Amino acid sequence: MRLTVDGLDITLGATPVLRDVVLDVSPGQIVGLVGPNGSGKSTLLRAVYRSLRPAAGVVEVGGRDVWRLSSRAAARHTAAVLQDGAGAGGLTVAETVALGRTPHHGVLGRDGEGDRRAVAEAMENCGIAPLADRDLSSLSGGERQRVLLARALAQAPELLVLDELTNHLDIRARFELLGLIRKTGVTTLAVLHDLDLAARFCDRLVVLHHGRAVAAGPVLDALTPRLLHEVFGVRARAERHPDGVIRITYEADPLAP
Amino acid sequence: MVLAIGIGAVNVPAGDVWTVLVHHATGRGAVDDIALDQIVWQFRTPRVVLAAVVGAGLAVAGAVLQTLVSNPLADPTVLGFSHGASLGAVLVITLGGAGLGGLGVSGAAFAGALLAGLLVFALGQRRGRLAPTRLVLAGVAVGYVLLSATSFVQLRATPTELRGVMFWMLGSVSGARWSQLPAVTAVVAIGTALLASFGRRLNALLAGDESATSLGVDVHRTRAVLLVVAALLTGTVIAVAGGIGFVGLMIPHLVRLALGADHRRLLPLSALLGAVYLVLVDLLSRTVDRPNELPLGILTALLGAPFFLWLLRRNKGLDAA
Repeated sequence: MRLTVDGLDITLGATPVLRDVVLDVSPGQIVGLVGPNGSGKSTLLRAVYRSLRPAAGVVEVGGRDVWRLSSRAAARHTAAVLQDGAGAGGLTVAETVALGRTPHHGVLGRDGEGDRRAVAEAMENCGIAPLADRDLSSLSGGERQRVLLARALAQAPELLVLDELTNHLDIRARFELLGLIRKTGVTTLAVLHDLDLAARFCDRLVVLHHGRAVAAGPVLDALTPRLLHEVFGVRARAERHPDGVIRITYEADPLAP
Repeated sequence: MVLAIGIGAVNVPAGDVWTVLVHHATGRGAVDDIALDQIVWQFRTPRVVLAAVVGAGLAVAGAVLQTLVSNPLADPTVLGFSHGASLGAVLVITLGGAGLGGLGVSGAAFAGALLAGLLVFALGQRRGRLAPTRLVLAGVAVGYVLLSATSFVQLRATPTELRGVMFWMLGSVSGARWSQLPAVTAVVAIGTALLASFGRRLNALLAGDESATSLGVDVHRTRAVLLVVAALLTGTVIAVAGGIGFVGLMIPHLVRLALGADHRRLLPLSALLGAVYLVLVDLLSRTVDRPNELPLGILTALLGAPFFLWLLRRNKGLDAA
């Protein structure tokens, strides 16, 4: 499903956090949202998964303004993996994944065959079926993130929103998780801290700086040496290597003025 | 339950208890012994029923509050409800109901619990949303203020009044009468059903506020509704049974340790276990020191805490949670 953000202004208290942000994710694409700490990445995501109401502008998923939908209706097509709820209060892996079915139920809805299938399929796809009965708090970081991704997939989303999915994970777990996302084929907007990983996995990038989208487009168009210096404060180049992969090369003295 | 009704200052054989219960429930059979009928039907039965209802209410409220404020220590005492009820009750016991618009002890306790709940509700907000940590801190702070007020009132009480205050604060179901049962039972039953209908959303809250929002849960409204219902529920049971501690804290954790944290199981089973536990505690309270009775609040913790600690030691998974 297409995600369109247009003219988005967000203020927290009296402080403007996002100003006139425009963003577009085509169906099936993975778009990376990058920028230094405090540039407003997570805040932008909050407007998309309906947690923070924008002061102005629209967020449309599949052509429908999410802020005109109920939170439940919106959650039926947009799923998120976020950084809160580390321990998840003693739920097992299977119970956590089953949370993804929440928006598909009314007050007294019982789990049906469809729910069980969605949960089982999501666990299978994320390779966590053998962990089903484990307590979430007993898992490694990588396993835990795969559980949260399975929860989001059990939601049967047409848009995935990911906030630092790969933070604090070892390098193999990072590649595994991003590979999983790629395999699902779901339209994805992902906040990523690691520029090299973002350059490798995303179809397009949007760069946020001080609450404004300062660049957007294919990776090589967005991450120019000049932008890397002005926004991220480092001397570096993004290049497509002979194997087709885009990598970031940092200069000998990345902090050179 | 039949057993709990039979045992007490006077023991009644289970068969006789059954005869009396069947007689009153269905009109069949006859009870010749008026004293027996009096003991079983007028005193013991309402008492056991009340113990069950109060235990269920406290346990369910505790389970919900723990999730609501994301704090395993939460219960009606921590959130200030119990201290509000105490102040209301103590005021009536020492000053008489006249000063408080003719409220009885129960009415004043109920009003106290609700006022404390409203105060915590108002103080626990940040930018118009209920924040878990703020709620707990507000609850504790409000609780301490109410506790000092209660202590101050107690200082000026006569020894007889003090004994009444003590007894109330430690809780008892000995005052149970048939007339009060329908209302209390209805509140607990409806409250429990309402809270249980939030099972799926409570589960989502375990994932964190932001994640719950992304799962389609209106976190603020859910938390507000649950807090109000939990306050009403505890206010009601504390009003009739006094300040019975530890049940609301321990029972939900016992159920979690044994059967997991899914609220769709947790809430009904907490109600059941809370009911059974308080019936047993009440039974002990009137048998260990016959014919004297011990307040429930002494025994709930005295019996519950060691068992609870033993269970905690056996369970390794809890530290990480």
